[in-house]
Amino acid sequence: MTESLRPRRTLLHHRAGGAWIWAVFIALAALPPLLQSLGLEFYTVVATRVLIFAIAAASLNLILGFGGLVSFGHAAFVGIGAYTVGVLADAGVASAWIAWPAAMVVSGIAAAVIGAISLRTRGVYFIMITLAFAQMFHYLAVSLKAYGGDDGLPVAARSVLNGLPVALTDDASFFRVALVLFALVFLGLRRLVNSPLGWLLQAGRDNETRVAATGGRVFAVQWTAFIVAGAIAGLAGALLANLNGLVSPHLMHWSQSGQLMVMVILGGAGALWGGPLGAAVFLLLEELLSGVTIHWQFALGAILLVVVLFAPRGLAGLVDRSGVKKTAPSSSAAKSKGAAHA
Amino acid sequence: MRDPATPGLPSALPELSLLQVHRLVKRFGALTATDEASLAVRAGETHALIGPNGAGKTTLIHQISGALAPDGGGIFFDSEDVTALTMPRRVREGLVRSFQITSIYKRFTVLDNVVLAVLARRPSAPSWWRAARADEAAYADAEAMLTLVGLAAAADRVAGSLAHGEQRQLELALALAARPRLLLLDEPMAGMGPDESARMVDLLSALKAQHLTLLLVEHDMDAVFRLADRVSVLVNGRVIATGSPEEVRNDPAVRQAYLGDEASGTTGATGEAA
Repeated sequence: MTESLRPRRTLLHHRAGGAWIWAVFIALAALPPLLQSLGLEFYTVVATRVLIFAIAAASLNLILGFGGLVSFGHAAFVGIGAYTVGVLADAGVASAWIAWPAAMVVSGIAAAVIGAISLRTRGVYFIMITLAFAQMFHYLAVSLKAYGGDDGLPVAARSVLNGLPVALTDDASFFRVALVLFALVFLGLRRLVNSPLGWLLQAGRDNETRVAATGGRVFAVQWTAFIVAGAIAGLAGALLANLNGLVSPHLMHWSQSGQLMVMVILGGAGALWGGPLGAAVFLLLEELLSGVTIHWQFALGAILLVVVLFAPRGLAGLVDRSGVKKTAPSSSAAKSKGAAHA
Repeated sequence: MRDPATPGLPSALPELSLLQVHRLVKRFGALTATDEASLAVRAGETHALIGPNGAGKTTLIHQISGALAPDGGGIFFDSEDVTALTMPRRVREGLVRSFQITSIYKRFTVLDNVVLAVLARRPSAPSWWRAARADEAAYADAEAMLTLVGLAAAADRVAGSLAHGEQRQLELALALAARPRLLLLDEPMAGMGPDESARMVDLLSALKAQHLTLLLVEHDMDAVFRLADRVSVLVNGRVIATGSPEEVRNDPAVRQAYLGDEASGTTGATGEAA
């Protein structure tokens, strides 16, 4: 009876390129030797930085892009993760197996508390309350004189991955570790977004009343996503503490939250590649333009303006044209489209 | 299922009532929108709630569904006090509403819409690991619901691109996908043309034939008198009469307060009551 409905079309499922994802991961894995052969080893560190911010932006995209919740305090979770690693290193705990999961747990707990309060508000109030919480953590870090206060806390040595034949002190190895974690985060987020929980999260972005009127647990779904996003941002913070060799209150400054939002919007809110793409383009432009002029932020702003005006779905939206048919009014055209949304 | 019980005394038959609204009060500043309204909906019946504009019908529906908290009184569903429960909790108990102003997921496909309703209604917390697209049970439910409301052919279309009447059908499909034991229908025919209205009446008749309990708020009196087993009349936030369509039509207070010429017009001479 329902044969005519197959294959089913859905705009909730995000393939994110399907098997091509692996091609991207493999190509990225070949980057350090390539840079080395070109004598551009310095860029390995830049590339690692891009991966770390790709993780952070992808986590923000879960709540901002897929959940429609404009959180303006995401840098707090990055900072809390970084401070967890810094404080543990200061106490003599250098094992990544302990410090990194600890960073995720502490950031996740912070997200649970902030989310439990913030998610009772909407719109401008949600933006303001998440911003306020992040600033609170920023000033808390400033006041921690034992951990460097305003100057921050140097992380003397990079974390140690006991039992693995990699040393994070080697930049190429660090890159590979960051790449593996980025891949795990990306694939995990893809699973989450395409699960019933992820679908209900996306449904809430479109029409929250409808979710509640059909029995959906709006708060529980959004809170879960908020905690997951916070924990992943904590992992990004743990990596950043290692890369920078320093954790400072600036990591949690509102401008850092704003930068993550810019990455997500630039790359494409609500697209799985949006966060990573935005982080890559933002940081590479910064790298490129800051070498040319100290007013690089002006040029970056202009580029962002062009993207927002001409590609409202971000850079990921330019690559993936399938969603453009979203407003196609012709039923016969829609019926002939069997393929799922990529 | 038609029961010639004494009208106006719902509290005498509590065991038969699936929904019992007891002396509900809702104030907005100086305005008392719901003024000790009481109402009983029996299992299996189609109960219409009528009343002039501004009588507080939608406010009452909001409170029964959990969108608004009452200032006084209680709501009992299947003998359980649900007054303090959130809307999603009430829905999972089987107390489901549709909206007067269409509330669908405009950016997703019609089938996406109904699948989301099926997933939202599940009693267990949603999985965050399994692929929703591979959830055959949810899809089977959703497709059956679309067939029921006559939207199966539009499954792949984006919901926002549907015609108004089709969006109203989808609205009903979403409510049905939540597996109601009692369905609150807030003006299901709102804004529909005569053809669309006729189809909706047929659809509601089919639901009625399956003994789904309906509480229907509707302005279209022809539809009300065709569908309803019992009618309650709300005026100024109070239920002034409850009974069979005939009884309500002949009730002098109702005639005076609300139906007026319309009742005489549709029924012809109904005799002198009082």
